[in-house]
Amino acid sequence: MCSLPVPREPLRRVAVTGGTHGNEMSGICLAQHWLQAPAELQRPSFSAVPVLANPAAIAGCRRYVDHDLNRTFTSCFLNSRPTPDDPYEVTRARELNQLLGPKASGRAFDFVLDLHNTTANVGTCLISKSSHEVFAMHLCRHLQLQYPELSCQVFLYQRSGEESYNLDSVAKNGLGLELGPQPQGVLRADIFSRMRTLVATVLDFIELFNQGTAFPAFEMEAYRPVGVVDFPRTEAGNLAGTVHPQLQDRDFQPLQPGAPIFQMFSGEDLLYEGESTVYPVFINEAAYYEKGVAFVQTEKFTFTVPAMPAPIPAPSPAS
Amino acid sequence: MTSCHIAGEPIQKVAIFGGTHGNELTGVFLVKHWLENGAEIQRTGLEVKPFITNPRAVKKCTRYIDCDLNRIFDLENLGKKMSEDLPYEVRRAQEINHLFGPKDSEDSYDIIFDLHNTTSNMGCTLILEDSRNNFLIQMFHYIKTSLAPLPCCVYLIEHPSLKYATTRSIAKYPVGIEVGPQPQGVLRADILDQMRKMIKHALDFIHHFNEGKEFPPCAIEVYKIIEKVDYPRDENGEIAAVVHPNLQDQDWKPLHPGDPMFLTLDGKTIPLGGDCTVYPVFVNEAAYYEKKEAFAKTTKLTLNAKSIRCSLH
Repeated sequence: MCSLPVPREPLRRVAVTGGTHGNEMSGICLAQHWLQAPAELQRPSFSAVPVLANPAAIAGCRRYVDHDLNRTFTSCFLNSRPTPDDPYEVTRARELNQLLGPKASGRAFDFVLDLHNTTANVGTCLISKSSHEVFAMHLCRHLQLQYPELSCQVFLYQRSGEESYNLDSVAKNGLGLELGPQPQGVLRADIFSRMRTLVATVLDFIELFNQGTAFPAFEMEAYRPVGVVDFPRTEAGNLAGTVHPQLQDRDFQPLQPGAPIFQMFSGEDLLYEGESTVYPVFINEAAYYEKGVAFVQTEKFTFTVPAMPAPIPAPSPAS
Repeated sequence: MTSCHIAGEPIQKVAIFGGTHGNELTGVFLVKHWLENGAEIQRTGLEVKPFITNPRAVKKCTRYIDCDLNRIFDLENLGKKMSEDLPYEVRRAQEINHLFGPKDSEDSYDIIFDLHNTTSNMGCTLILEDSRNNFLIQMFHYIKTSLAPLPCCVYLIEHPSLKYATTRSIAKYPVGIEVGPQPQGVLRADILDQMRKMIKHALDFIHHFNEGKEFPPCAIEVYKIIEKVDYPRDENGEIAAVVHPNLQDQDWKPLHPGDPMFLTLDGKTIPLGGDCTVYPVFVNEAAYYEKKEAFAKTTKLTLNAKSIRCSLH
């Protein structure tokens, strides 16, 4: 199995980003707080930098101004020549790429943790590129073991052949923390507190690694997308129904062929016509209506994560 | 048995508004569905017109374009000289007033139901603007009884300064229908079903009334607005505390002095002051952050309605 290189040295340059989507309030509020009071992000071997990723969207309490920032970190957007007509988020993605990247270069940050909320009932969802991200997989395992009551689910988003496009892909290692359900524009104390605790534990894990801890191989279960299902629509493209009550809020639970997935406004049920069991995720996420996604179909799979050796301490800065 | 009742004219013109806030989707999609197939909302002898009030906001799936449509149906805004410089919603309000009003005139629609959602855990809610309106108190009593055991609370916004000029206020009998919790931009099947039932019972009531049924005196419990409470803020005006977990989702439940109200980012609990128990509503409504309202305090009281009967029988 091909795994990407694990970090061989302690992780020094770490960032936590909030407000990649300007209406996902937990990360925004946390990042704003840390910009005033950064002590919480400090560890003996490093200090994490808080970043408000999309200030203009945050000011307008909207997901984005011109273009979804979390779809803008592809080489096409990042490397094309700037023009005055560039969408706001393209310019901003280039700035973040300079700050936290450049993507795929040796100068990129060691780790970026990107904070999100969803209106879907995903609970605590850990989002990584793929099973080959060994550091991120060990981190996910650590979070699952620390908080068994949260049932953290791991979602691996990269589809084969597709370039990564999200913010944490500019760093050498990254993870998305997705907590829901929370409405856009709302700050819930329970979700906020859970996110704050999870961020602290992520930083604790990085510190543990930096101090010289090795982690053994283990088996991990995760979900990866195999397709998306749109809402039923009229010929004009408007909604003709919505997520069925038996599917609503059932993220990560098995969906069998023949089970109801949509309820039409006229009353009838639409049934799932796939041939095998899938695990729907992001069921009824507000921001996905315009992307034509009522839910993401995933498959559950298990894989081995190789052992991660302790880092080699870096030479002292004085030399 | 005394037959002292209020004799009312039959109800003729009813409208159902959706999309007054473009991202409150239940009303948007119910109205759009009824515009295609209105069988469900028809009753004999009654004209029921579904209508999208803020189409530009609906198209952008946003609450409003320039200003909140549900706050500007006062006579000053309705009387402004029409011009392209007016905010979109003010121009739209004048159009709506022309179609369904004019406000305070004999020609205005009899009843307007305005459909809303909230991110707050308010369940099925009916909003009343006038505590002495026998007809609406009777209607609300009928709806609550028909929905039971599904709870349905009544929010009374009659207040010298806090009452606001709603879209529906151009009708003789304005009815606010609010169902939550539902995130902005999301359409939940369970919420849709609840709102649909509320409308069905409301239209059944009107039909029974028009057919000559007498509704005996009744009483309903309502929650009357006292004041709005903002989030604690810092020197820069940024929110410094969150709705406390003990208050979150507890709309309509009693909040006593000393009970937790907010939780600061440093972990300190801010309790309710004063010496009265209040009943919070619109707890943590997304759209109210900019209006500086974390929740509204209400007091519980009982409203009585005289018996009513349609005067044509």
